Amino acid sequence: MNLEIIRRPFNRYFLRHNPYLFALFLLLLSLIINYFLQPNLFELRVLNGNMRIFLPLMILAAGQSIVVLGGGIDLSVGTIVSLVNAVLITNLARESGPAEILWAIALGLGIGLLAGAFNGLCVAYLRLQPIVTTYATSFIYSGLALYILPRPGGAIPAELARLYRSTPASIPFTLLMVVLLLVIWKVMRATRFGTFLYALGGDAEASFTTGIVVPRMRLLIYAVSGGFAALSAVALTLSTSTGDPRIGESMTLDSIVAVVLGGTRLSGGYGGIAGSIIGVAILGTIRNIISFANVPTWWQTLVDAVIIVSALAGPGLIKLLRRRA
Amino acid sequence: MTIRGYKLPAPLIALTLAVLLFFLGGVLRSGFANWEQAVNIVRLAAFLGIIAAGQTLVIISGGEGIDLSVGSVVTLGALIMFRIGDGSNSMILPALGLALAAGGIIGLINGLGIAFVRIPPLVMTLGMTGVVQGVILGFTQGVLDGETPPLLSTIITRPIIGRVPGIVFFWLIFGLAMWLLIERTSYGKKLFAIGTNRVAATLSGVRVNREIIITYALSGLLAALGGVIVLGFTDIVFLNLGNRYLFPSIAAVVVGGTVLAGGQGSYWGTMSGALVLTLLTSLLTALQFSEAIQQMALGVILLLLLSIYGRQRTN
Repeated sequence: MNLEIIRRPFNRYFLRHNPYLFALFLLLLSLIINYFLQPNLFELRVLNGNMRIFLPLMILAAGQSIVVLGGGIDLSVGTIVSLVNAVLITNLARESGPAEILWAIALGLGIGLLAGAFNGLCVAYLRLQPIVTTYATSFIYSGLALYILPRPGGAIPAELARLYRSTPASIPFTLLMVVLLLVIWKVMRATRFGTFLYALGGDAEASFTTGIVVPRMRLLIYAVSGGFAALSAVALTLSTSTGDPRIGESMTLDSIVAVVLGGTRLSGGYGGIAGSIIGVAILGTIRNIISFANVPTWWQTLVDAVIIVSALAGPGLIKLLRRRA
Repeated sequence: MTIRGYKLPAPLIALTLAVLLFFLGGVLRSGFANWEQAVNIVRLAAFLGIIAAGQTLVIISGGEGIDLSVGSVVTLGALIMFRIGDGSNSMILPALGLALAAGGIIGLINGLGIAFVRIPPLVMTLGMTGVVQGVILGFTQGVLDGETPPLLSTIITRPIIGRVPGIVFFWLIFGLAMWLLIERTSYGKKLFAIGTNRVAATLSGVRVNREIIITYALSGLLAALGGVIVLGFTDIVFLNLGNRYLFPSIAAVVVGGTVLAGGQGSYWGTMSGALVLTLLTSLLTALQFSEAIQQMALGVILLLLLSIYGRQRTN
């Protein structure tokens, strides 16, 4: 009798304070299946290849998590990536020197922050609903991207591409960036911004009552999301070495799926970046499985979409079953 | 918006805006404001209006209701009519039935996910868009052959009375039917109830889940119908046929005075909104703006409209 009582509350505590556990389980499961189909999965070369593709989406999903944690959502993140990618590629060339590179990145980051701040302005001060607002602004940003870069093209300095592909001390550079991302998040969480973020997402009215300047916080949150989208664009530009005004189109939904997969609740206040990063890894691994399982090309989109919808249903289904039980 | 204490209904404002835009177009581009163009605009607006009908229902139902899958369902509906209809008038009805069924099933899945699994409508319908696109790719294998049944094109494009094509009359009757559905059936009453306050609705005996599922199923069905009608106009199918209607469908509903939070709205408003949106896009095209500028303009305009109509009531 005693053991039973001790075990149950412990489980609930453990699960509540580690929201990404289910995601970790899913990741393990998909990695095992992937390893089965692709035995050299953990070879440095293959691992590096995968991480290079995952990194941009991981950074984007991290930014999306922050918005979601604060109780909102940002449907324009993908288009901000396209926009910053366009800005970067039009300010870089194969022969660009360090000064030009720094300028291009600073410009891209600035534009990302501005775009995010614009989103934040509309949500916080104009009191518009986040969903439709960011959906509307996504058209503005994608239009801008098209305007700046009407056709795919451009090139970046070879050293940058090499840096992105490098493996210092047998660890992929991109993997190191993920670790850096997690460190940045840990620092963020420790600041007032982090505390207020969870407060706002948990209960907006209560946080207002405790003195949090809600509109300013919301503006900041969306600006940060724009900043993360810009960073994601930098990674993406280094990865693809080119520019494409539509490059970010599919990333928005993927970022939301990764956030949901990672255990962060869309209602806000619960979850974290780690889960979303794991979510991106799960998505990527599943896509690898689809291509290695020899699914016919024309059916790949459907299989991918069905898996995404099932993954989205996952947390909800678990809750449903628990309610019925 | 109130003038001298009398609250102007949003559909009326939208209608006035539409008329203003029409004459503005005539000023900016000579030859724009004539009867032919007016008929053309109304016809184009009819397509958007029918597609936006389902969106109207979904948004009224509240709970952050939105249907982002209408774009791909429109394409699916058009494709089914194109393939199964295959140029023969006798196959129009079976193909139509199949298209409506397909749209309805997709909507049903949306509704099930949203009502029972509690997936937010945004996420669910966005995910289903991918599924529908996957279905389309899988079944067509990239090959888009088929033919539009001639009778369909005739109904949609040829004039019946005066110089007005049949689709315009259809739209008017459709609008009447939607009004009946929303205002005079128990489904409509329950729809407003769940849009206003889910808890109160449940306590009043409304089967909220069932209402939600029916609403999304209807949205899918109407989107498929819209697809069939669009096919009658364009005569060809391509993979992104429906995408250009998704964003305007949401905008038309908002412009028409339906509140995004739910519980309020009407289809007349959406009809006016569809007119406004169609006029805007026609104007932008007539002024020969590039696709980039058109996209930006659409986004800015929706934002403007949202700030007038869509402010949240609470903190």
